[in-house]
Amino acid sequence: MELFFTTILAAALVNNFVLVQFLGLCPFMGASRQVEGALGLSLATGFVLTLSAALSHIIQGWILEPLSLEYLRLTSFMLIIGGAVQATELMVRRMNATLHAVLGIYLPLIASNCAVLGVALLNTNSSRSLFEAICYGAGAALGFGLVLTTFGALRARLETNDVPQAFRGNAIALITAGIMSLAFLGFTGLVRT
Amino acid sequence: MLTAAATLALIAAVVGGLLWLADRRVPQRSADPVHRIEALLPRIQCGQCGFAGCLAYAKAIADGGAAINLCPPGGQETVDQLAILLGRERLALDEHRGSASLAQIALIDEAVCIGCNLCLRACPVDAIIGAPQFMHTVIADECTGCELCLAPCPVDCISMRPRLSEANA
Repeated sequence: MELFFTTILAAALVNNFVLVQFLGLCPFMGASRQVEGALGLSLATGFVLTLSAALSHIIQGWILEPLSLEYLRLTSFMLIIGGAVQATELMVRRMNATLHAVLGIYLPLIASNCAVLGVALLNTNSSRSLFEAICYGAGAALGFGLVLTTFGALRARLETNDVPQAFRGNAIALITAGIMSLAFLGFTGLVRT
Repeated sequence: MLTAAATLALIAAVVGGLLWLADRRVPQRSADPVHRIEALLPRIQCGQCGFAGCLAYAKAIADGGAAINLCPPGGQETVDQLAILLGRERLALDEHRGSASLAQIALIDEAVCIGCNLCLRACPVDAIIGAPQFMHTVIADECTGCELCLAPCPVDCISMRPRLSEANA
């Protein structure tokens, strides 16, 4: 149980994928204009992250290592991630067409979200167990969702604020992201990894 | 080498097979009225109904805020189908909405065209090809006759012509 919480906390806050490791910045900047869209995308990405973390661990441990085919890691992980993203897109399109319209291109782009591949690769690099790998994926998903939704909320507030002309739009968003990143540095040392 | 290829092929086949199964099994949630309405619209996104595209118009119909006879490209046929789907009264097509229809196509007078590329950006279906400073032309098969390219043209070189049928082409 302790392992579960420390892994989740470490992945979500201390080594937050977006603000500390700077992975997955594309949807972070692109899909955070509205809180609803950000929440939907973080749920979809979270599902893909956890699923691909588990599947890639299984592929690595049960297929690639016994056959000593570790060099196929990247290719087979991309296959898995692509499949997981397609499945998620299918589900979202059939279940909630409005969310599908809001997310648009960012839904299939989860496949090229480097946080997803990052989790899979970091998992195999640090030789975690399957349970730890899934916890790590879920923690990364939690951290991604937390950061994306809070950033979406901040940007929604910025829209109504009187921002100086030179900082309007993406400039103030990038500055906000930088300040959030500094704030997340405060979590360093919370969990010993 | 052989094992590697076989392994990748196996993984790809399993993933593809599962996706195929999911595609067959997961039901389309068709209870959503907006999407059933949108499916009846022509979806050429011409905006002549006064809404930003067919999905927006479908939402407005579903909310009860819009009449069902505002879609010129769909014609009377679409109005009738919408009336049946929604159980509303059959209306005549609103004549004031413009004359866009699939029965016409845009034609660019290439002698007058200055290659400003404004019509190209206005086209919702990418039926106009060309580059800045070059002649533009219309792909007849792609043109939906929505008339959106007429307004932005600074030299008024685009006109709407009746679409020639196969017989007299």
